[in-house]
Amino acid sequence: MRFSMLPQVLAQMFKKPFTNTFPAKYAPSSTTKFIENVTTGKAQIHPPIATPENFRGKIQYDKEKCIGCKLCLKVCPSEAIEFKEAEKKIKIYLARCTFCSQCNDICPVSCLSMSNEFLLADTDKYSKDLIVE
Amino acid sequence: MSPTTKTTFQLPIGPIHPALKEPVAFQFEIDGERIIDVSVKLGHVHRAIEWAATKRNPIQVLYLAERICGICSYCHPMAFSLAVERIANIEVPDHAQYLRVIHGELERICSHTLWAGVAAHEIGFDTVLFLTWEIREKILDLTEYLTGNRITKGITMIGGVRRDITPDRYPHIRETLQYLKDRFEKLRHIFLDDKTFKMRCKDCGILTKEDALRLGAVGPTARASGVKKDVRLDQSYFAYGDLDFDYITPDVLTGEVNGDVYDRIIVRLLEIKQSISLIEQALENMPEGAIVSEPKLAKLLAKLKTANGEGIGRMEAPRGEVFHYVKMNASEQVYSWKVRAPTYSNIMPWIPMLKEQQIADIPIVAASTDPCMSCTNRVLVVENKKTQVLDKEALHQRSIEKTRRMHA
Repeated sequence: MRFSMLPQVLAQMFKKPFTNTFPAKYAPSSTTKFIENVTTGKAQIHPPIATPENFRGKIQYDKEKCIGCKLCLKVCPSEAIEFKEAEKKIKIYLARCTFCSQCNDICPVSCLSMSNEFLLADTDKYSKDLIVE
Repeated sequence: MSPTTKTTFQLPIGPIHPALKEPVAFQFEIDGERIIDVSVKLGHVHRAIEWAATKRNPIQVLYLAERICGICSYCHPMAFSLAVERIANIEVPDHAQYLRVIHGELERICSHTLWAGVAAHEIGFDTVLFLTWEIREKILDLTEYLTGNRITKGITMIGGVRRDITPDRYPHIRETLQYLKDRFEKLRHIFLDDKTFKMRCKDCGILTKEDALRLGAVGPTARASGVKKDVRLDQSYFAYGDLDFDYITPDVLTGEVNGDVYDRIIVRLLEIKQSISLIEQALENMPEGAIVSEPKLAKLLAKLKTANGEGIGRMEAPRGEVFHYVKMNASEQVYSWKVRAPTYSNIMPWIPMLKEQQIADIPIVAASTDPCMSCTNRVLVVENKKTQVLDKEALHQRSIEKTRRMHA
């Protein structure tokens, strides 16, 4: 019993690590420098694990299709959607969004959809990337 | 100061820790390492979740309920929707009932494997923690495949579920279940035959059948004491009535009921196996049909707006019975909502369990009811008139030392 884990330990030594080394294989000494290198093309981001089917990522909004019925505002659990009275269109604050896709389900004209984009971390909750309109 | 004859000391544990779901304060009376008496104080946190519900309509509350607990992120919205369905007289299609069973049992497997790892960690057996979490990863992958998310599943809808499991998804589910079955044998062998587990868990934290009934224990904690209590069988909901399963008490395996920590391990392990079989049965008998009674959410909202009355939702969560009370008064919002999570019922049984145990046994005994363990984060020990603060790590260290001592 004492050495019963030995086979697994030995097998583990020759296995590739299960963890996906995202975003870089080794932790960079300077993250800002790493990001700079990525933008200039010197370094490459190790890709994340592919998202599954029907993944709920960043919301995409087809403004042309929207009829301004306000149903999505009614079901949003976190009140992340704002209605712009003048235009009769909506504005979604992703910093509040819980990614439940309930607004997608209720939309009568299917103008909302979920994308695969999930790298949404930002220091400013009102940044351009986090507001969908 | 006059000499005192008092030989026991007071040992407060708790009440507040940010990671805690249900903060609880303990006052232990200890004599050296031995626990003489325990008193438990509850109700230290108020998240106003129930109040927040009164500002939202039932569909919004589903996501609020989902965030009561990360591990039970399916039971809470589901129990809430059971209550609302009762109020609004919504009939759930058969197909959806089977889907609800599959998601519920998947959550139970996930919760029990997680618990098994935590229990091993509490007695300082961290190798097993990594083994169980490797298994749990597979279940989370399957959950993500079926619902879209790993933890907050977002699968519940009033009158059904939100996503279908089509026959082309069956092979992937069966594959994962086969993996679980293969790994289950190894897990069973480690938990039930290993010397370390037997040493630390046998005759430790005993809850007698009388106490379990008297103190209203629920779920695996009650079943490990020989109380045949399971909402899935007592009050059949979803499609559980069509499926073949029975109460799991430790005598199924060992022929006797002790009500100790070891028995609680047996019950949870056997329940993992039972859940695998339930999912298989549900996949086999799944009838065709709709996944939700009213696919048009705007219509559903209009219907819920007219609902008037009160309803309850009872459901067997991984830790025991979860109970939701909902009152609606024909308005858009929920009028009142009350949640009773299973850990609440399993707190009182801690008192007889912890009596006459050692301080080093607090982690494993408390963990054996599957609560959130962070309440042991601050322990004050008064020993020889010297005050000493034990944090969670120190308490954990004591537990590891006990295992080593017993091994030596």
